[in-house]
This record gives sequence, structure tokens and C-alpha cells, in this order.
Amino acid sequence: MAQIFHHSTNTIARVSIYGAVIIVGLLGFALNVVNQTSYVTEVHNARPQPVPFSHKHHAGELGLDCRYCHSSVEVSSSAGMPPTQTCMTCHSQIWTNAEMLEPVRASYRDSKPISWTRVNAVPDFVYFNHSIHLAKGVGCTTCHGPVAEMNITWRAETLYMRWCLDCHTAPEKYLRPRSEVFNAYYQPPKDQLALGEKLMKEYKVQKLTACTTCHR
Amino acid sequence: MSNPQPRMAFRGARVLAGLALLLACAGCRQDMHVQPRYNPYDPTDFFEDGQSARLPVEGTVPRGDLKLGPNELFYTGKVDGQASESFPFPVTREILDRGRERFNIYCSPCHGFSGDGDGMIVQRGFRRPPSLHEDRLRNAPAGHFFDVITNGMGVMYPYGYRVAPPDRWAIVYYIRALQLSRQASINDLPDAEQKKLLGGTR
Repeated sequence: MAQIFHHSTNTIARVSIYGAVIIVGLLGFALNVVNQTSYVTEVHNARPQPVPFSHKHHAGELGLDCRYCHSSVEVSSSAGMPPTQTCMTCHSQIWTNAEMLEPVRASYRDSKPISWTRVNAVPDFVYFNHSIHLAKGVGCTTCHGPVAEMNITWRAETLYMRWCLDCHTAPEKYLRPRSEVFNAYYQPPKDQLALGEKLMKEYKVQKLTACTTCHR
Repeated sequence: MSNPQPRMAFRGARVLAGLALLLACAGCRQDMHVQPRYNPYDPTDFFEDGQSARLPVEGTVPRGDLKLGPNELFYTGKVDGQASESFPFPVTREILDRGRERFNIYCSPCHGFSGDGDGMIVQRGFRRPPSLHEDRLRNAPAGHFFDVITNGMGVMYPYGYRVAPPDRWAIVYYIRALQLSRQASINDLPDAEQKKLLGGTR
């Protein structure tokens, strides 16, 4: 009986056995790289909104406090999206003819809320509460990034579990004094770790890493 | 080996089934990401107005929030329908600090940080509010400020929905402190503070 396979197939067989391991490894690596791109994580992607609301203008240039609009952030799990009435507090008098603001006026006229596109969200199996984070000295910009410099709002962090745990295992890396929590331009001091450890004691901050802290 | 072909096919099917199962799991993960419940502000097609959050029936009074009888002053700033001269609770340092913080958040954009009516939004074209230091407002009863914060006045929109009653009173206390700051003389200060000030100038 004649040989079915040529001698060279031996080489191909060997190469493909080891090659498969390498290829699978490379695929895994590529998948990991892709998973960290903003295409997947949505980090740094400005989301189109029904009204091109600029945090840079309102929180940065005008210096409005975050809580002027997100007024439930200190007492609730949700930071609170402002009702159209809050927009109209100023825009009933300012930029009243601006085309850009027509959806705001229409919303006020018709009592129909504006459907903003959500930028930051954790999955439904995560329990998250804004108020406790603020009370323990986690600043707005720690998670939301330089909001006062964003024209159209983008997500600053992945909000992945790995990212949450980075702080939950070592809060001293990020804590700031309560008086600075809403400071949109806060810069951590050089001795952040010392400050963080001091604040952990003062604010009774624990390293909460039990599954049930967030997955209830 | 009678017929190896079917066994091979069976193996292939198992691999395929395994892959399908993996894909299905990826699907599950998405399901758990978005669970059949409403998060705050989620839209819905169940109600006609498209909102999952419902407003209470008009005229609903939250428990303990009855704006009549002993609570009238605390929740409306009025006593028997008249703006109250007095506050529902005494002032403390903490209340004053809270009042300053809330004033700076909600009032300063128009009224300015010291109440002169020169806030950033006024600089950008909003109608200038009266200075909190003018005689009319220095002499206005405390309940007047509480009522204006709650219900608005003129071009000022109501702030009652985002500033809770205790905070409104704290703001009114802080307005009183701001007003006092323009009227106080050095003799009103405690001796120690007077000495500190005078010591600094000599």
C-alpha cells in the first residue's frame, strides 16, 4: 500500500500541535486587548445626547456645584437626574431662543421628561449607592473623571469589578477629605497614602471585599 | 473497528454542543446584566407617559409632613398663614455651616456668595435679584425667605423640591448671618475676638 501522506506532513503535524497552543494563546491575548479598548468598555466615548449638554460649561466655567442638579446624591443610591424644571430655573431667562435648547423647552411645555442617554451604569446585579461613597470621602471625580472638563459627557472608568476592587481593597489610595469630595479640580496630595490611612480611621472606612457588599 | 465514522460525527456534535453552550452562557450574562426590574428613571411602555417612576396622587401628604397645625411653621414658614418672624428651631454652629454650604450650592449662582445679587448666572444675563442686604429684606420675616425658597418668586423658580425643609431653614439662618455681617460693629464681638482684631492692626 502506498504512503498516503508525504514526509513533509510530519513537520506540519508537529508545527500545528505546538502552533495551536500559540494560536489559542494569541487569540486569548487579542481578546484581552480588544476587551480593554474603548469600543468595548465605552471609556472616553462621548455619548450623543438629545441636548448637547456641556458639563464643562456648567460645572467648569460657571462653577455650579454638582449638587445643584444632582441633588439627591448625598442621600440616595441614585445621584439624581435633574427634572427639566432645574434646567428651566436658568433657561427660562437665559438662551431662551437657542435652537439647541428647544428639546428642553418642549419637555417643560409638554411635561415630558428628556430622555438622556445613560453614560455611567453598573450591571443590574451590582448594588451601588452614591451617598455612602461620598460620606466616606470618595470624590465625584475619582470615579467620574474630569467631568468639569467634558463637553459631551463620557465614561471615565470601565466600572468593571476589577476597577471597583482596586479601591475596595485599598481605599487609602483614593480617599479625600469630606470637604473636597465635590471639588471638581481636586488634586491628591503627594502623601496620599498617609492622608488616606488617616481618613480611613477618621471616617471608619473598612476594606469591604465580601461578595455580598455589592452583590446582594 | 467496524465503522468509526458515526463515532467521529458524534464527537464533532459534542464539541459543537459545547460551543453552543458557551455562547448560551454569554447570553445569560447579558440577561443578568439587564434584569426584569426598573432602575431609577428607567422608561417603560406600561404607563402612558412612558415613566416607570410614578408621581403620588395629587394632594398626597407624606406621613409627618402635614403642613397644618404644629408643623405649619416648619414646613411653610408661616404661622396662621402669616410669614413667621421666628424660626422653628434654635441655631447652632452646625446649622449655620450647613446653611452656608447649601446657600453656596443653590443660591450663590444668582445671589452671589455674599448675597449681593451678583452671582455667575446674573453675570451671564439672568435678571439681577435684589441684594439680600437691602433694608426691605433685612427687615423681612424669616418665614418670607423660607417661602421664597420653597415656592420661588418672580423669575426665581421654586427650590422646594431639591432643598429639604431643615436645609431651607439653615439657609435662612445663614442669610441672617450674611445680613448681620454688614451691620455688625466691633463692639458686638466677644472681648477675645476684639483684642485679636485690634491687636492685628496695631
